[in-house]
This record gives sequence, structure tokens and C-alpha cells, in this order.
Amino acid sequence: MNPVRVRVRRPWRLAAEASALLIALVVAFPLYWMVLGAFKPAGEIESTEPRPWTLAPSLDSFRRVFQQEEFGRYFVNSLIVAGTVVVISALVAFLAATAVTRFRFRFRTTLLIMFLVAQMVPVEALTIPLFFLMRDFGQLNTLGSLILPHLAFSLPFAVWILRGFVKAVPEALEEAAYIDGASRTRFLWQILFPLVFPGLVATSVFSFISTWNDFLFAKSFIISDTSQSTLPMALLVFFKPDENDWGGIMAASTVMTIPVLVFFVLVQRRLVSGLGGAVKD
Amino acid sequence: MATTTGRRTGAWTPWLYLAPALLLLGGLLVYPVYQLGLISFLEYTQAQVSGGEPTTFQGLGNYATLFADEQFRQVLLATVLFAAACVVSTLAVGCALAVLLTRVRALPRLALMLAALGAWATPAVTGSTVWMFLFDPDFGPVNRVFGLGDFSWTYGRYSAFALVLLEVVWCSFPFVMVTVYAGIRAVPPEVVEAAALDGASQWRIWRSVLAPMLRPILLVVTVQSVIWDFKVFTQIYVMTNGGGIAGQNLVLNVYAYQKAFASSQYSLGSAIGVVMLLILLAVTLGYLRILRRRGEEL
Repeated sequence: MNPVRVRVRRPWRLAAEASALLIALVVAFPLYWMVLGAFKPAGEIESTEPRPWTLAPSLDSFRRVFQQEEFGRYFVNSLIVAGTVVVISALVAFLAATAVTRFRFRFRTTLLIMFLVAQMVPVEALTIPLFFLMRDFGQLNTLGSLILPHLAFSLPFAVWILRGFVKAVPEALEEAAYIDGASRTRFLWQILFPLVFPGLVATSVFSFISTWNDFLFAKSFIISDTSQSTLPMALLVFFKPDENDWGGIMAASTVMTIPVLVFFVLVQRRLVSGLGGAVKD
Repeated sequence: MATTTGRRTGAWTPWLYLAPALLLLGGLLVYPVYQLGLISFLEYTQAQVSGGEPTTFQGLGNYATLFADEQFRQVLLATVLFAAACVVSTLAVGCALAVLLTRVRALPRLALMLAALGAWATPAVTGSTVWMFLFDPDFGPVNRVFGLGDFSWTYGRYSAFALVLLEVVWCSFPFVMVTVYAGIRAVPPEVVEAAALDGASQWRIWRSVLAPMLRPILLVVTVQSVIWDFKVFTQIYVMTNGGGIAGQNLVLNVYAYQKAFASSQYSLGSAIGVVMLLILLAVTLGYLRILRRRGEEL
């Protein structure tokens, strides 16, 4: 390697690495502050001299959170809703993505454009008609009223992303499977499904997050039966005019963020390669 | 792509595979969109919901009311400007950091990647609460560090929008960064090295080499960001407590929600929803046109 080039590039690389580390700290700081705030004792959190550490970590805020308003129940509700949506939408999107990439049929392109257009529909604007729909089907105040819309809304994006993954599986493999006597169903579930799995992970991240985050539907559809409520609603309990319980808010926020973080760390590698695969096609 | 397997099974197989998806989308997306349009042409308030009064057809009356409403025009303008500011900042930060990631060794890269994934994973509600706490006039660290005293960020219109913008950029730049980074990695390294050997600066390499090669990816993340940022709801709702003092921080989504569920004017709320839908439809159609012009197969 050219020595001159090395000498020129080295300080640059060090500067780049220093700024990368610094930016990482800045980006991670809000999360650090959240967890710190959750563990700080009451006196320290309501202090006008906030310190970036605590010498007396306490679980008081968490205790307050779990005693309040059946927080654990909301947590389980959120898990049920997000889990159901992730599993069902992955299966349904897999079938649909296979149909639009592995088959030629009339209206195929129209359908694809529809899936793209469906992604931009402002979900929030549909709250009004969905509210009446749920009311007519007696679904208000049930977890179903949260699961069903999120299923529908996570599908178009999932199909769009999965398309690239299904496309990437060589046709020859499919032919070989049929020559070996595999049925279409067998090929679909035992060969194609495992190969497309990384893509399913990437899409499930999106459906999990959008469902776990959902705040508007929970607020609009779960109106009277609070036992069916989800986490975001529980979080807002701690907001009071001029007297926000910041310790409680930070503890509840931490509890709500951790499952998503765990999920992300678990699928992190597949997510990055998944998105790469989706954009390369 | 030629399909191989038309033999035994008929042409209905793809439709069989599509059936669950189409059923769900038809019932919970297409039908509600139709209903949304329908309600926007009716007079539909609490009286009609409870069946006390018959619904009457208003034609474009609701839209006329909307566009005559000074506040609606302001909210529309604010939404467009706010979304534009969010998209531009998110893309700038995301792309800059993606390039930075390619310039550093594994350890700093991992650190930045993990921090970004953390921000990405944070639910919008908790992200909003944490940023409010960071910028809290009494107990937040930001005002202390920058010596701002008890300056309230949510009091003024622009500072409140700025605070929400920061949170939105924080939680949405990771998607851009990770996607663009994956794209850069797919560019053959010789191309970039050749440009560097020819003495091109970082900025020049990005503008003349990487950006043109990454155009399809940049297009995807731009369109995706426009769609997301135009629809921001949770952040505004939580951080400005439902649209700010006297509605100064309202965006279309929150405005529609307030009209429908706070003041029971379902038809006006639906009309706002239709306006949003049409704007985003225009963006998507523009995207499809670009795709088609490049001759890409769907």
C-alpha cells in the first residue's frame, strides 16, 4: 500500500471513529436517561440539578407502576395483540408474496400497485370508519378491535418487502422439488418458507413495532372496558397537569421499551441483511 | 419471470394464496376508505351517530367548510412544512451517518449501529415521553447543560415543533442509515477507491459516485420518510398535549382526530382524512411514475 496515502488517511479515520463514538453516545443518551430516571429515587428525579448518575438506585418507581391500574394486565394485553399480529401477518404476507412473485396472472401488476398504494393510506384517518365498523360488529372494547386493523395495515409493507426474498429463491429449486415429487404445498412450507425466513423476521419487526406502539386505536376503540387496554394507555396515567410523575413515566417507558429492544437485538443481524435484500432486488 | 408450474393446478392457485390477504385488506382497509369518503359527503355528528337525526347528503359542503376555515389552512401548511423539515433532516442525518459507518472500523461501527437500533426500537410513545423529560424546563438536563434556565420548549410554537422534529429525526434516521449503509456495501469498493485515488473529496464521492448508484434506495427511503412524517400523530399528540396551546402545533392527523373524537364532527374529520389521503396518493403516484420511467418491472 502507498505509504503516503496511509499517512493522509489515518488522522481522518481516527477523527471519523471519534465522531462515530460521540454520535453513538448522543443517540443512546435518551435511552440511558430513561433507564436512569426509572431507577432514581424521587428526590433526585425532581431535582433542578439533574445528575447523569445515581448513587442510590431504587425500585420505587417500578413498584408504583406495577401497583397502578393493572399495569401487568396491560402488558400482557399488548403482548397478545402484537404477538398475534406478527404471527398471522407473517403467514398471510408470505402466501401473498409467493402468489405475486411465483405466478403470472391477470391483475398481478394492478395488485402490486395496490399493495404499494395501501402503504401510504394514513391509518389514523381510518380511525373514524373503523370505529363504526368495530361498533357494528360488537368488537369495541375487545383486543380484536386492535388486532384486526393492525393485521390489515402491516400486510402491504410485509408483502412488498417479502417479494424480494421470494424472488431471490431460484426457480430451478422449485422445478427440482416438483421433479422429485414434492407437492406444491410441501414445496411452499418445507422449502420456500425456511428460505424466506430472514425476510419474515425483517417484516415482523415492522409489524411488531407498529402494533406495540399503537396508541390511537387503543385510545379510540377501548373506551370503557379498561381491562382490555394496552401499555401506551397505562403510560399516560402518569401524566397529570403540571405534576407529571416523571419517575413513574420513565419506569413505565422502560418496561414498555425493553421487549422491543430485546426483539431487536435478537433479530438485529437478519434485519440488516433483510433490508439489504429488500432494497437490492 | 416465467412461471414453471401451471400444469396440474389451475389458474386459481395464486388467488387461493392471495385470498387471506385480500380478505383482510378488503374488509379493514378498502371498505373503511370507502366509508371515509362516504362520511365526508354526509352530515354526520353525534346526533346522527346515536340515530336521533337522519343523515343528510352534503355534497362538497364539508370540504367547502374546511377550506373556508382559516385554522385548517394553517394546519395544512404547517403539516407540509413540518413533514418536509423532518424528511430533509432525517435523510441528511441518515445518509451522513451511513457514509461515516463505511469509514470506521468494526468497534465504532457496532457502537453506532447499536445506538441507532435502540433509537429505532423505541416506541413512539416512550420516545416522546423521554424527550419531553430531557427538555423539561424544571428537571431536564438539556436546559441545564445549555444554560437555558426554565425555558419551556412546548410553550412557543416553533420551539415545540423543533422539539418534536428532534424526536422524529432521532427515531427515524436509523431506518435510513441502515438501509443506505446496506446499499453502499453493495457498491463495488473499487469504484469508490478509484474516485478517492483520483483525489475526489468525501462530499464529491458521495455526490458523483455513491448517490447516483444508490438512487433506487434513496428513492425508497425518501418516499417511505415522506409517508411516515406526513402522518406523524403520536409525537405531536403526546409532546404537545394534543396539538399545543390553542392548537398551535396541530398537524392534519391530530386535527382530524380532534375534530372527530373531541368535537364529534365525524364528517369534517373524515374530509380531513380524505385530503391527507389524496396528498399521499399524489406522492405515491409520482413514485410509481419514476419507477415506470426507469423501466423497472414490478
